[in-house]
Amino acid sequence: MNKRFTRILATSIAAAALMGSLAACGKGSSSATTEGTKEITMWTHAAGNPAELAATQSIVDSYNKSSGAKAQIKVQAFPQESYNDSVVGAASAGKLPCIVDIDGPNVPNWAWAKYLTPLKLSADLSKNLPSTVAKWQGETYAVGHGDVALSMFARKSDLAAAGVRVATIEKPWTKEEFQDALTKLKALGKWQYPLDMGTAGVGEWLPYAYSPLLQSFGGDLINRDGFQSADGALNGDKAVEWAAWFRGLADQGFMAKKSGKDSTQDFLNNKSGILYTGSWAGDKARKALGKDLAVMPSVDLGNGPKIGGASWQWGVTSGCNNTDAAMDYLSYSLKPENVAAVIKATGGIPATDEAAALIPAFAEGGANRIFMEFSREFAVMRPETPAYPFIATEYGKAVQDILAGADAKTVLDKAVKAIDANIKSNGGYKN
Amino acid sequence: MTTTQLPSRRPAAPAPGETTPAAARRKRPGHLREQLSGWGMIAPAAVLLLAFVFLPAILGFGLAFTNARLISPRPVEFVGMDNFARLFTDPTFWRALLNVSYFAVVVVPVQSGLALAMALLINKKFRGVNFFRTVYFLPVVTSMVVVSLLWLFMYRKDGLINELLSTFSFGLIQGADWLNDPATAMPAIIALSIWQAAGFHMIIWLAGLQSISGELYEAAQLDGASRWHQFRYVTWPGLKHTRTLVLVTITIQALGLFDQVSVMTQGGPLDSTTTIIYEAVRSGFKQQETSYASAISLVFFVLVLLVSAVQRYLTREKD
Repeated sequence: MNKRFTRILATSIAAAALMGSLAACGKGSSSATTEGTKEITMWTHAAGNPAELAATQSIVDSYNKSSGAKAQIKVQAFPQESYNDSVVGAASAGKLPCIVDIDGPNVPNWAWAKYLTPLKLSADLSKNLPSTVAKWQGETYAVGHGDVALSMFARKSDLAAAGVRVATIEKPWTKEEFQDALTKLKALGKWQYPLDMGTAGVGEWLPYAYSPLLQSFGGDLINRDGFQSADGALNGDKAVEWAAWFRGLADQGFMAKKSGKDSTQDFLNNKSGILYTGSWAGDKARKALGKDLAVMPSVDLGNGPKIGGASWQWGVTSGCNNTDAAMDYLSYSLKPENVAAVIKATGGIPATDEAAALIPAFAEGGANRIFMEFSREFAVMRPETPAYPFIATEYGKAVQDILAGADAKTVLDKAVKAIDANIKSNGGYKN
Repeated sequence: MTTTQLPSRRPAAPAPGETTPAAARRKRPGHLREQLSGWGMIAPAAVLLLAFVFLPAILGFGLAFTNARLISPRPVEFVGMDNFARLFTDPTFWRALLNVSYFAVVVVPVQSGLALAMALLINKKFRGVNFFRTVYFLPVVTSMVVVSLLWLFMYRKDGLINELLSTFSFGLIQGADWLNDPATAMPAIIALSIWQAAGFHMIIWLAGLQSISGELYEAAQLDGASRWHQFRYVTWPGLKHTRTLVLVTITIQALGLFDQVSVMTQGGPLDSTTTIIYEAVRSGFKQQETSYASAISLVFFVLVLLVSAVQRYLTREKD
C-alpha cells in the first residue's frame, strides 16, 4: 500500500519534471500559435538603440494602420549582444518569428540552415546598393535599409601641418604615401600614436575592419570559387605581406597594439591623428570638428581600397505561416521615405538614391554623400558562404595573435587548417 | 533517475530480524504525511536539477561523440572519438590546460591563505569589526563581470595601477601593459581573481574558527602557550573540515575560470589566458561546433572529478 504510494509519488515527480522541461520548451510556441494570419512577429537587435528602434516602430505603426495591411506586425526588440543567440535558440525550438533582422554576412549561414526563405518582394531591388541585398546560391534572402562604409578621418589642419595631401576617391593614398604620411604626422610630435585602427575591437569588428586590408593586398578570407578552402588565400604570400605590414604599423610606433576603448572619442580628444572607423562616426566627428574634418577613403595597398559590405538586413523565416504578409510589410518598409527615416536614426548609408534624395546629408553635394560613394566603389562582400561565422572567429583570432607578435605564417596556416577542416566536416556546406 | 531509485532502497535497509518496515510504519500514523512533505520538499530542487543539470549533462556526454552543430540542416551523425582525437592534437587545448593548472596552482594556496589571514584578523571582538567584515566581503557580492570591467581600466597602460607605480617610484617604474603582454596577462587575472573571491572563503574560515570551543584557548593560555602555539595546536587542527571544504571549492572554482577571461582578454594575447571553459564556449557558441564543445566539456568534467577525488583522498579521515 505504502510502497505503491511512494512509487506513484516518485513517478509523478519524474513526470512533473518532464512536464516542466517540456513546458519550458513549449513556452516559445505560444507566440507562434497566437500568430495566426492576423498578427505576425518581427524581431530586431535594436533594443539598445532607442532611435533606431523608434524608427522601425514608426514604420510598423504606419503599416499596421494602412488600409492595405495584410497583418498586424508586432515588434520585439533584443539587445544586440544576445540577439543571435536568441534567434539560434528559437530556431532550434522551431519557434522563429516571421521577420528577423540579420547581420549581413550571416545570411548564407541562416539560409543554409533553412531559417530563411527566399524573398519575393514587390519592391524593386535592382537600384539598391549591391551590398544591401544578400544573396546566396542565386536567391535573395535578405535586404537592408542601408549600409555602412569604412573610412579614414583626419583633421585637415594636421595634414596641412605635416605636408600631407588629403586622399580622395579618385586618388587614394598608396601604401608608400600612407607610410610617408604616418612618418610625417608622427614627426609633428602631437600624439603618442598618429594612427588609431581600433585595435581594441572584438567580435565582428575584426574581420569587418581588417579583412578589406588583406583583400587590398590581394589576399582573401577564402578562395571564392566554390568557397571550399582558404588555402593560398588566407595564408599565401599576399596574406603574409599584409600581416607583416599590419604588425609593422605597431612596431614602428604608428598605432597601439591595443587602442583605447572608444577610438572615436580618442580621435576627437586629439589622442590620434588618423582614425580608421565606420561611417557611423561621421556625424559625431563633423559636429565636433566642422570643416576641419577630412573624410578619406581607405588606403590602396595594391589592389585598390577595399571596405566591407553589408550591415543589418531583414529576412523572412521559412517557418512563417503568413509569408505573404511578411513580404508585403518588407516591401512597404523599403519605400524611400521609410528607408530615409531608418537611415536618419541609425546614421547608415541609404540603400537607394531615391531615399538619399530625401536626406540632405546624402543628397548630391551633401556632407555624407562621400560614404555612399565609398560603398559603391570599394565594397567587397564578406565571403557569401555558410562557413562565414566560423571563418570570422578564426580570422579575428589570427589578427589578435599577429598584433601580439606571433609568427604570421604559423598563425595563418593554423587558421586555414581549422577553416578547411570545418568546411569539410560540414560536407562543403552544400545543400 | 535518482528520484525513482530512492524509495525502493529504503525498505531493503533494515537488517533481518527487525520489525518489517511496513509494521513499523503502521505504528506511526503521522508517517505518511511526513514522507509526503519530505517528497514535496525535494520536488522543486529535484525538478530543477533534472531539467538543468542531469538532462543537459547526459545530452552533453552523448553529443561529444557526434558531429552535432548549433546551426545545421544536416542530420546528426555518430562520429566516435573524432572530436577527442581533434581535441588532443589541438595546441590551444593543451595551452588552456596549462593555463588553468597555472591559475589553480597559484590561486588555491594564495587565496585560501589570504582568506584565512583575513578571517583570523576579524575573528575578534572589537569596535567596528563588522565594518571590516563588510569591507573584506564586498568584492564577493559584486558580479565578476563588473569587477573585470573595472579592473580592465585599472590594468591599462595609462591606467590607475601604472599611474600609482609611477607616482610612488618617482617615475622609476613604468608599469607593463598588463593585459596585452603574454607574460603579465595571466598574473594580472590571478591577482584580480584572488582579490574578488578571497572574501567568500574568509566567511567559511570564519565559520570554522567560531566553531572551535573557547575553552580550548583558555586551557592553552593556562598552559602558557604562545599565540603561534595556540594557532598551531588548537586552531589549525580545529579547522580540519573547513580546510577540506575550502580546498575543494577553490580548486573547482579555479578550474572553471571563465568570466574574467571572457571580459578582459578573450583568451589572448597569444593564448596566454585561454581556459578550458573559454574554449568550450568559443567553440560551442561563436564557432557553432556543439559536438566539439561537448567533448571539451566532457574532458573538463573528468578532470574536475579526478582532481576532487584526489583531494578527497588526500584529506580523508585517516583514523
